[in-house]
Order: sequence, then C-alpha cells, then structure tokens
Amino acid sequence: MNLENKILKLIAADAKLGNNTIATMLEVDEAVVDATIKKLEADNVILGYKTVIDWEKVGADGVTAMIDVKVSPEREVGFNRVAERICRFPEVRSVNLMSGTYDLSVVVTGETMKDISWFVSHRLSTLEQVQSTTTHFILKRYKQDDFVFEGPQEDKRLVVSP
Amino acid sequence: MNSIGNKISPLVKSIPPSGIRKFFDLVAQTEGVISLGVGEPDYVTPWHIREECFYSLERGYTMYTSNSGLPELREEIAIYLKRNLGVEYSPAKEILVTVGVSEALDLAMRVLLEPDDEVLVPEPCFVSYAPGAVLAYGKAVPVPTYASDEYRLTAENLEKCITPRSKVLVLAYPNNPTGGIMSREDLEALTGLIIKHDLIVISDEIYSELTYQGEHVSIASLPGMKDRTLLMNGFSKAYAMTGWRIGYVCGHPEIIAAMTKVHQYTIMCAPIMGQKAAIEALRHGETEMRRMIDDYNNRRKLILSGLRSIGLQCFEPRGAFYCFPSITSSGLNSEEFCEKLLNEEQVAVVPGNAFGSNGEGHIRCCYAASVINLEKAIERMGNFLQRHGLK
Repeated sequence: MNLENKILKLIAADAKLGNNTIATMLEVDEAVVDATIKKLEADNVILGYKTVIDWEKVGADGVTAMIDVKVSPEREVGFNRVAERICRFPEVRSVNLMSGTYDLSVVVTGETMKDISWFVSHRLSTLEQVQSTTTHFILKRYKQDDFVFEGPQEDKRLVVSP
Repeated sequence: MNSIGNKISPLVKSIPPSGIRKFFDLVAQTEGVISLGVGEPDYVTPWHIREECFYSLERGYTMYTSNSGLPELREEIAIYLKRNLGVEYSPAKEILVTVGVSEALDLAMRVLLEPDDEVLVPEPCFVSYAPGAVLAYGKAVPVPTYASDEYRLTAENLEKCITPRSKVLVLAYPNNPTGGIMSREDLEALTGLIIKHDLIVISDEIYSELTYQGEHVSIASLPGMKDRTLLMNGFSKAYAMTGWRIGYVCGHPEIIAAMTKVHQYTIMCAPIMGQKAAIEALRHGETEMRRMIDDYNNRRKLILSGLRSIGLQCFEPRGAFYCFPSITSSGLNSEEFCEKLLNEEQVAVVPGNAFGSNGEGHIRCCYAASVINLEKAIERMGNFLQRHGLK
C-alpha cells in the first residue's frame, strides 16, 4: 500500500489522529504527512471531515428517510444529470445509483416527516425524469459509519495479567 | 488436626506467588488507571467467530469431543502450520488440542521430566515456565538474554547453562515481555547444541502471527528438529480469543500420545464451543487478524517513539505487543518504579522482575491499548520521570 493510502486508511478510521502520530506510525517525517494530506485535500480525494453524532441523545435527531427512486435515463448522460440535480438539494445527504429494482437511492433529512413528504412531493417527484418514489423512514439507528449507537464497550480485561 | 497449611505439599509451597498477582491487587485498588499492564489483545473476538460459537450451540454442540480435539480442528491446524511454517503434522497422531498453551506446557513438563531434570528457560520470559517445571519435579535453569543481543537466545549463553541434567529447552519467541524474535539464522545457530545435548524443545509460538519485521520461523521447520520439538500455539493472541482457552501442541507421535494420556485423565477435552470457534478462526479469520496486527504495529511504533522521547532506553520490539524499556536511569528498581508510577500518575505497567531476575531494571508496557490511552500514558510517564529528575 502506498503512503497516501496508508494515511487515508488511518484518518478514515480516526480523523482526529494528529499528523505527528500518523508520522510516527508510518515512520515518515511529519512534514511529509502534512504535505500529503494537503495534496489529498487539494485533489478532492479528501472531501472533508465530519463528526458522527448520536443526535437522539441531545434531542435533535430529526427525521431521515431513504427514498428509492426510479428514473428514466437520458441519452448520452444516462442517470448522471438527474442524479446531479438531486444532489444539489441541501436536504439530500447522499445519492447512489443502485442495481436492482430501482435506480437511485436518496437519503434525505428533515426536522419533521412533513418536511420530507413536502420534499418528495414538490421537489423530487416533480423532476421530469423521475418515474416513481418509495419513501422509507428510519425508525431507529443501530450503527452508522462503523459506530454502534450503543456506544463503545467498556474494557473488560483484567487490569494486569501475565 | 495439624494446621491446614501443613497439608499443602512443600513443593507447591516452594513456588513463590507470581509477582504479577501482587501488582494486580495494587492496580485494582487504584482509581482512574490507564493500564499498560495487560497481557492480552484490546479487541473482542471478531464477531464471525463468536457467531459461529452461537450457531454451534444452537445446533446442539454441547458434548465432549475426542481427547485430541475435533478432527476438523486438527485438520485445519495441520493446514495452517504447513502453509505458514512449512511443517507437516499428522492431524491424527501429532496434534493435540489443549486448554490454551498453558495446558500444553503443563502436559509437556509432566510428560518429559523426571525428578531434577533441568529445563533451560531463557529469561526474561512469560511467568509459567519455571513453576511448570518445578511442579513436574524438574528444575528450571534460567538462561539470561540481553537487550544488547536483542533478547535473542545465543548459543554462547545457552551453552553456559547446559549440564548433563539438561533435558528441555523452552523457546518463547516472539517473546513476552521483551518483544524479541528469533530469525531463521538465530535458530539455526542453536540447533547444533540442541542436537548435541539431545534436548527437547518446547517452542511456545503463541505470538507467532504478531511478528512485525521479517517472517516468523519455527524451530520445528529446521532440519532434524521436528521430532525433538513440541510446537505450541493457540488462538488467544492472533484472533483475540484469550478467554476461549484453546491452544494446541504438535510433536512426535509418542510424546503427543503420552501428553494425550495425561490430558485424558485431567482435562478430558478442550471445551467444544471454543474448538468450534477456533475452526472458524482458522477458516475465515485471516482478514480480521491482519487488521488487528496492522493496528498493533502502528501502536508499536507510537509507544516506542514515545518511550524514547521521554528518555527511556528501549529495545525495538519486533513481535508480540509489549515494549520492555530500561528504567535503570531512574535509580529505582522495577517494583519501586511501577508502584510510584501507579500511585503518582495512575499508569500501570508491569515490573520486569516478574519475568525473571534479569528482567530487573525494566518494565513491561503493553501497547494493546487505544492510541489516546497510549499517548496519555506516555505523557504521564514523562511527567513522572521529570519530577524524579530525569530528562
């Protein structure tokens, strides 16, 4: 694995790792890590850094829906143009082209179910390429981005052992 | 009735309690401790392995197995050893599944030793070898290894300790507590002596997968060594399965048959749930194991750099998950150092003398801990050393 991929693997698991820590782990100069990360950011390989939060714990979890969308592909651009249009709505968190019985899987968040139904009926369904939508509301989250919502398990090991 | 204490065998009384036990009690009474004193992975057993255990229970696998262990497990062990070490063992006659390497060690000592036979034990080392020899009426002869030799056992140091009563040599590499390993050349340098003095080798290779530089080589794979080696390994460290207590020993059919006899009368068989889980680990555990090992390796570099940055001399460990820095510059002995560090900075490390007398002047730091805790522990140890006038 090259250095870029090694760095990406480490910060994909923990974005808060200091560059000095990464440098020690990978046995390179910190300046090399700094420069590599800056380059990866500039090249849009690293798109950004976010925090995984259990919003429910602070009473601000809102509503999230996963919407299966059937669309008509267009000549020359296939699904790209409509996917890009859907991406532009700020309430859309992710858009993926899927294999199977529908085409795009769209994740949307809002404060209430009403927000989402309004988005589906007024924004998404009205796009001319969209043939149909099926909306699934998330009822409870168990795991997201590798994190289990129950929180980390305590260390159950003996404090000293041979 | 005489005092109950008098009923206890003098042999058992002669064995001192483990230095680790005493330190454990101290640590357990202290609040807010960051412990680098553990001797096991900081991972829970990978889920697919646990899940396979549940599934086997659902299907009713709750019975005894054959004394030697489930045939499928022994077959998987044979495949694993051939692929990874280039040594071939017959699953039917040369492999015994045990309750951890610990049981295999005990069986080996009991099967091999006659009263006052000597067991050569390179030190520093894991705490069980010498008591195991004594409990089998043998005598443990420490063979010192040194940081200047990268804690390898050299033929020169070994030869000094060989006597006409020497019967068994323990090799435990990658080594707990030093992190030292033995390369093929290092092992080859010993085989002449081993054969000349007709020694049996107990090769405890429980940390074999946790080798970060070079490849792990088993002495059993060297010419003329397979029949005189008892190769021991298990699942605890590589697959984060310490609590399952599944290990195995491979060797000459006559020794394995003798060990199986003792095992049959004492243990009967290793627990079937653990054996089922171990099959899953060998069949499908490679990816998760590699991920854990990569993580240990990252943390190995982090702790080594950290310990050196606060002024401790430290041999670069090449295997297992321990660092074994010298603390002689502190002017404290290893027990004093550990107690003061625990009381003043709430960091638990293990005194080096728990691993043999030439471990004195060192501490064992386990880096199977989170990066945050490793960094905090190093910072606290740095404060401790500064306060005591070092660096």
